[in-house]
Amino acid sequence: MADTLPSAFAGPSSKERKYDRQLRLWAASGQEALEKSHVLLVNSDDSMISGVVGVEALKNLVLPGIGGFTIVDSATVTEPDLGVNFFLDESSLGKSRAGETCRLLRELNPDVAGSFRIEPISELLRDPSFLPQYKLVIISGPTSRSSLDAVCQSTRELGIPVIYTHSVGFYSMFSLRLPSEFPIVETHPDPESTQDLRLLNPWPELKAAGSRLGNLEALDDHHHGHVPYILLLLHYLEKWQEEHDGNYPGNYKDKIAFRDMVRSGTRTNNPEGGEENFDEAVAAVLKSINPWSLRGNVREIFEMEHCKKPRSSSENFWIIASALATFYKKHGVLPLPGSLPDMKAQSADYIALQNIYKVKAREDVDEVLRIVQATETDLRRISKSVTKKEVELFCKNASHVKVIRGRDIPRISKDFPGTLKTIRNNLNSPESAMSIFVAFQALDIIEDDILNGRKSEQSIDDDNTWDTTVDTLIATIAGGDTTFTDDNGREAIIKAAQELRRTKGGELHNISSLTGGMVAQEALKVLTKQYVPLNNTCVFDGIGSRSEMFCL
Amino acid sequence: MSSIWASYFTQNTLRVAPNTPTDTIDISNLNRQFLFRESDVGKPKAEVAAAFVEKRVKGVKITPYVGKIQDKDEDYYMQFKIIVCGLDSIEARRWINSTLAGMVDADDPESLKPLIDGGTEGFKGQSRVILPTLTSCIECQLDMHAPRAAVPLCTIATIPRQPQHCIEWAHQIAWQEKWKDEPFDSDNMEHISWIYGAALERSKQFSIPGVTFQMAQGVVKNIIPAIASTNAIIAASATSEAFKIATSCNPYLESYMMYAGEEGVYTYTFNAEQKPDCPVCGNLARKIEVDPETSLESFIESLGERAEAQLKKPSLRTEEKTLYQRFPPQLEEQTRCNLPLKLRELVSDGQEIAISDPAFAIDFRYKLVFK
Ligand SMILES: [Zn+2]
Repeated sequence: MADTLPSAFAGPSSKERKYDRQLRLWAASGQEALEKSHVLLVNSDDSMISGVVGVEALKNLVLPGIGGFTIVDSATVTEPDLGVNFFLDESSLGKSRAGETCRLLRELNPDVAGSFRIEPISELLRDPSFLPQYKLVIISGPTSRSSLDAVCQSTRELGIPVIYTHSVGFYSMFSLRLPSEFPIVETHPDPESTQDLRLLNPWPELKAAGSRLGNLEALDDHHHGHVPYILLLLHYLEKWQEEHDGNYPGNYKDKIAFRDMVRSGTRTNNPEGGEENFDEAVAAVLKSINPWSLRGNVREIFEMEHCKKPRSSSENFWIIASALATFYKKHGVLPLPGSLPDMKAQSADYIALQNIYKVKAREDVDEVLRIVQATETDLRRISKSVTKKEVELFCKNASHVKVIRGRDIPRISKDFPGTLKTIRNNLNSPESAMSIFVAFQALDIIEDDILNGRKSEQSIDDDNTWDTTVDTLIATIAGGDTTFTDDNGREAIIKAAQELRRTKGGELHNISSLTGGMVAQEALKVLTKQYVPLNNTCVFDGIGSRSEMFCL
Repeated sequence: MSSIWASYFTQNTLRVAPNTPTDTIDISNLNRQFLFRESDVGKPKAEVAAAFVEKRVKGVKITPYVGKIQDKDEDYYMQFKIIVCGLDSIEARRWINSTLAGMVDADDPESLKPLIDGGTEGFKGQSRVILPTLTSCIECQLDMHAPRAAVPLCTIATIPRQPQHCIEWAHQIAWQEKWKDEPFDSDNMEHISWIYGAALERSKQFSIPGVTFQMAQGVVKNIIPAIASTNAIIAASATSEAFKIATSCNPYLESYMMYAGEEGVYTYTFNAEQKPDCPVCGNLARKIEVDPETSLESFIESLGERAEAQLKKPSLRTEEKTLYQRFPPQLEEQTRCNLPLKLRELVSDGQEIAISDPAFAIDFRYKLVFK
């Protein structure tokens, strides 16, 4: 052990220190992905609205260090902007709002590049090299339908994710459109759900470790109280099989009986009056004595066309997923993740057991890697070859990998009968925040008319305009469904609309900041390809202090 | 997080004193603090936050206070209309909670100070509204803040299996053996480096893989991951509730919102239950199950870890006699002889005791029920 305090130890770099609290969530790989990402914010078309929600979202992306951002906004800063936008100050008055928010956002983090454009988005889209620079586009309402459609259309072709958000009064909503298939390897599931111990289908080395215990009775108290619980369970399973024609405990009743069998092995005539390792074994029975089964999320991936027929142009994810499917077909299980929970044991015994799991996991990785390499050779795939590290990461997370099928930014239209059905079902429940979503759709239509000069600015708080707009939407929602009547939700929609009308479509800083936080979380998940993003719409109700997700 | 409140409140033109803890700005705060810049590292958080918001938002006045919240008395808290806290420890939350409950005077509606509490961890967070004595409080849901189960000392000392065990050994055992009276300082890079080195050496001795500097720092400083976006969500949620209470424009949150963003966007809003046996807002003694054969000393030790107590320096008395009193020293000496006695020799089944702890202004009443 060192005799003096180390003085020259390099320790973490200043960047690692600055980002320490987030590196613990998405590690260096996630950070690298963030730093390579540029985000485009298309702020509201209407210069009367301050567009705070988008700027607040950017704030939460600049601080953790995305590569850069661009703000598109043609407005100039006016007095009301100062009351709601923290990223403007008195000196900003009369200047470009995009330029001023860009300046004050950049101040937050010198590592982030920021720029702005004051041309309308429709004009910028004419340059084919404009959109491909960005890994994500955030659009904030109000926006004309034509701008929204143009952005959605161009980004869909390029596979760029889009978030559309609108924050008004105490309500807000946002929708995320992912590419048609969005694969995630590091979903970060709850550690409780990731345990894969293979007690009912042990590979030979693990089975042998259980058998080696031999006669437990012969062990002295110290050793008896330190046998790792996994080995205890393997030992008693063998015993159970001997007494049950080679079968494992199958139903609940069997498991309870098996648990009693394990419990009866505990020595209680010691000073502690029991044994911790046996307690751990007893507690693990119901959770761990289950046959291995393939989870739905992975089965779904195996059924996908990309996985069944990988092509040389396929992303690495699909090449590995297809190798995994081959592995599963051969072995009936996925590669072993190889991690072992902590348990009462002597250090050396635990490490030995841990190594049995690790060695097996490594062998599985090697096998998958061989399949991957064979596939790559078959496909004459030279340019982007899969690395061992990628295969390792995939195998470690194999049971929890996910592919989300991106859905369009939702719209109430007869062209989307599935969406209409979901809306109908939710409107039938008085608790649902769906009425707020429909009210936002009505607002979008009214604002689009105003922006295009088809309606006057006063119509945003006009009873007639709202009544006809809502009624038209309800008729569309009802479609041919005769069980769906006017009563279903109309009152709730009109009530939700009151909040949107009260502020004349304007934002409250705190609700926009909250929504900007949620939008930024989705952006982080999309850009790092870690955790599981929203699919696809969220409504926040600041009056009831709650949110609701919809798949529309 | 408290720094964030200040900016939200000024946008809504309310006045507050950001009551941030004594600590100063660390480089690791910059990933989520939009009121601090690199040049502010080392300065007191409250002062920098207040000055920045005053500069950005014209006409707003913010009074920073650099110090412990426990050093201010009831008169200080009486001047505010609403208290919003973004504290980093359950102890500080319990202190402000019990202090505000103690201030409530039934004849003076102004004495009731709504408490809005928020906290985050990674992609998760929670915010809640407490009307002291009237609604469920921090102490009612104390079990939701149960401390992480500590690794048994014998594992750390003799049979480590995880890299964390090696770090705990360096932190809890090796440091003191080596450096005697030099106190360990988790903010001192050299100190953490030594812990890391010692832990690494021990891990090699036991063939345990996985000790890293980042992990060593995380374990000894009990680091909780934090990002700007979650802080924004919770800070803005708390602000919305303060805004609703101050203006009565909408019903305020009753009483708890949990937020989780790892998988989609998930909130759970519910009315937390006010417990009749809450030591702060209830009027019944809280039941605590004990083994009558346990010594008073080990019972006292267990109070620190039990989810329903979490009292680290308790003094105990029954209605008739003092069981153990830490301060002053003469009383400690007089009551020390009780420590080895079994509980059944000191109290009867179902007897009520009062526990005081220097971290709190109030006494906690417990009813000891024999197993
Ligand atoms: Zn209470």
